[in-house]
Amino acid sequence: MSVESGDGPFAALRRPFEGPNTMGNSPAFWLGLAVAVAVLAAMPVLFGLYAAEVGAVFLAYALLGMSLAFIWGYCGILSFGQVAFFGVAGYAFGIVAINAATLTGLTVALLAAIAVSTVFAAALGYFMFYGGVRDVYVTILTLVVALVLYTFMGQTAGGEWTIGDARLGGFNGMSGVPDLAVGVGSTGVEIGLLGHYYVTLGALVATYLGLRALVNSQFGYAMVATREDEDRTAMFGYDTTFIKLVVFTIGGAVAGLGGVLFTTQNNYVDPSVFGITAAALPVVWASVGGRTSLLGTVGAALAIQFVDYRLALSGSEWALVLIGSLLVFVVLLMPEGVAPRLHEYVLEYREDADPSPVPREPPAATEEVSD
Amino acid sequence: MAGAGLLNFGFEFVEIFAFIVLATVGLAVIFGMMGIINLAHGEFILVGAYATTFAFAASVPLPLAMLTGVVLTAVYGLVLERLIIRHLYGRLLDSMVVTWGISLVMIQLTRIVFGNTAPGIGIPFGQLPIVDGPVYYLVLAVVAVGVLGGLYALFMWTDFGIRARATMQDEATARSMGVDTDRMYMSTFAVGSGLAGLAGALYAPVMTITPEYGTGFLIEAFVAVVVGGASVLVGTVLASGLLGTVNATVTNVAGTFMGQVAMLIAAIVAIRLMPDGITGLLADWRESRGESQ
Repeated sequence: MSVESGDGPFAALRRPFEGPNTMGNSPAFWLGLAVAVAVLAAMPVLFGLYAAEVGAVFLAYALLGMSLAFIWGYCGILSFGQVAFFGVAGYAFGIVAINAATLTGLTVALLAAIAVSTVFAAALGYFMFYGGVRDVYVTILTLVVALVLYTFMGQTAGGEWTIGDARLGGFNGMSGVPDLAVGVGSTGVEIGLLGHYYVTLGALVATYLGLRALVNSQFGYAMVATREDEDRTAMFGYDTTFIKLVVFTIGGAVAGLGGVLFTTQNNYVDPSVFGITAAALPVVWASVGGRTSLLGTVGAALAIQFVDYRLALSGSEWALVLIGSLLVFVVLLMPEGVAPRLHEYVLEYREDADPSPVPREPPAATEEVSD
Repeated sequence: MAGAGLLNFGFEFVEIFAFIVLATVGLAVIFGMMGIINLAHGEFILVGAYATTFAFAASVPLPLAMLTGVVLTAVYGLVLERLIIRHLYGRLLDSMVVTWGISLVMIQLTRIVFGNTAPGIGIPFGQLPIVDGPVYYLVLAVVAVGVLGGLYALFMWTDFGIRARATMQDEATARSMGVDTDRMYMSTFAVGSGLAGLAGALYAPVMTITPEYGTGFLIEAFVAVVVGGASVLVGTVLASGLLGTVNATVTNVAGTFMGQVAMLIAAIVAIRLMPDGITGLLADWRESRGESQ
C-alpha cells in the first residue's frame, strides 16, 4: 500500500491520519467518511429523538468495538474482556455521579470513570505482560476477569453494597445514574438526549481519528511490528512488553469512554455488561468487520447491533443465533473480515480499470452508511 | 470440635476438588492434546446435562441417563469436529473465536427449543452424618479420581493413547508411520467432549439446569487449565489440588463467596509466578536438574 499524500484537497490536513497501517488513504475515502458521519448526524433529524436514544447506544458499542480492533488488529493482543473496562467505567461513573450530581461532580465523574478503567487496564496489563503471560493465556485471563466481575457485581444486592448514596444493586443493577454534564460550579451544560447522541458521535469520530493518527505514527509501526513478530521486534531494540502495556491501556481507556457514554444514555448499568454474551459482542464486531480496520469494526458494530435491535423489537429470539453463526461463517470463509476483503476487491477493480501503478484505497466499510 | 471441623474442611475440599477436576478435564484434554481452547466447553457440558435430565424425565434410570448424556455429547463433539473444528487446527485464536460463536448459538438455541427451565433431578443417596452435605458429593469425588485414572490408562497404556500422543507430538512423522492422524484428532476431540458431557451429566442433579448452566463451570475450568499448563493430567490434578485447597480453606472460614474470591486471587498469583502453569514450572525444574547432573 502506498501513501498518497500530496494530492487532492486538504492533503496536509490528511497526512497525520494516513499511512500503510490504515485502509483508505484516498480523497474518495475521506469524502465517503464525511458523508457517513453526516448521515449519522442527520439520523435524529430524520427519525426523531427516539432514533437518537437508540443510536447513541450503538455508537457507544462502536467505541467498545474499536478498542478491541485497536489492540487485537494492530498489536495482536486478543482480549475477550474489553467489556470489563466498559462496565467498570460505567459503574465508576454511576457511583461518583449519584453521590455528587452537580455540574462539577458529573465532570469529575466522567474523568474519574475513564481514569478508573485506564488504571484498571494498566494494572491488568502490567500484571499480564510483565508476568510473561502470552497469547491464549492473555485471552483467557481477560475473559475470566470479565466473568469474575459479573459474578461479583451479581452478588451486590445487599444493603452493605452501598457506596454513599449509590446502591450497586446486584443483578437488578444500579439505576438512577444521572445524565452526562460538563462544567464547573454553576457554569456548564447538562447534556440532554439529543446532545448525548452528538457527544457520542463526536467522541467516536475523535477517537477514530486519534487512533488512526496513532497507528500511523512511529509508535504505530512498532505496534504492528510487535503483532507480526514480537521476538524479532524485541531484537531490534524495541521494548515490546512496554508497547503491549501502552496499547492495552489505551484500549482500556477507549472501552471505558464507551462504557460511560453507554451508562449515561441508559441511566442504568447492571452486571450483564460483564456477562459472557456481552463479552462476545466486541469479538464478533471485530472479527466480522475486520480487526485490522477500525472503521470496519465500527461499521460491523453498528450494523449488527441495529439488526439485533430490530429483531428484538419484532419479538424474535433468533438474534444471538444469527450473530453466533455469522461469527463462525466469517472466520471460516474470510478470516480477515469484511472490510479488508472489500478493500482488496476495490483495489483489484481499480487496477483493472486504471493500469497506473498507484493503487488507491477504497472507502472501507460503507455498510456504516446504511444505518 | 476440632474433629468435626477437620471433617467439614475435608468434605469441602473433596466437593470443590471434584468440581474443578470434572469441570476442567474435558477442556484440558482438548487443549493439552490439540492446542484448541474450546470456548463452547460450557455448552458441551450443557448438552450432557440436558440429555441426562430429559432421559431421566422419560423414566430412564439415572446412571443410564447419565451415560446417555456422555455418549450424546461425545457424538455431538464428533460432528462439530468434522464440520467446523478440523478447519481450525493450527489457528489458535480463530478456533477460540469460532467456538465462542458456537457457544452463543447453542445457548440461544437451547433457550428457544427448551425454554428457560428444564425438569430437575433429585439428589440421590441422601445426606451424610456429621458433616452437613449429601453423600452424592463423595460419589462425585470417586468418579473424578476414576476419570483421572482412566485417562492416564487410556493415554499411557493403550494403543490408541500412544497413537494419539504421537499425532499431537509430531503429526508428519506419525502419519508417515501409518497413524491415521485425522482419526486421532477426531477421537481425541470426542473424548474431550464426552468428558465435558460427563461433567454436565454428573452435576445435573445438583445444579439448576438453565441455558446458562454451562457458564457456571467456565471460570473454574479456564482458571484450572491456565494454572495447570499444557500437561493434561498432572496439570489438572495439581491445579485442582491447589485451587481446591485455597477455596475450601477460605470457604470454611469466611463462606462460599469469599472462598471463590480467594481461589481466583490464588490463581492470579500462581499465573504471575508461573506464566506457563504448574507443569511449565515442573518442566523447567526438571531441565535445570538435568543440567546440573
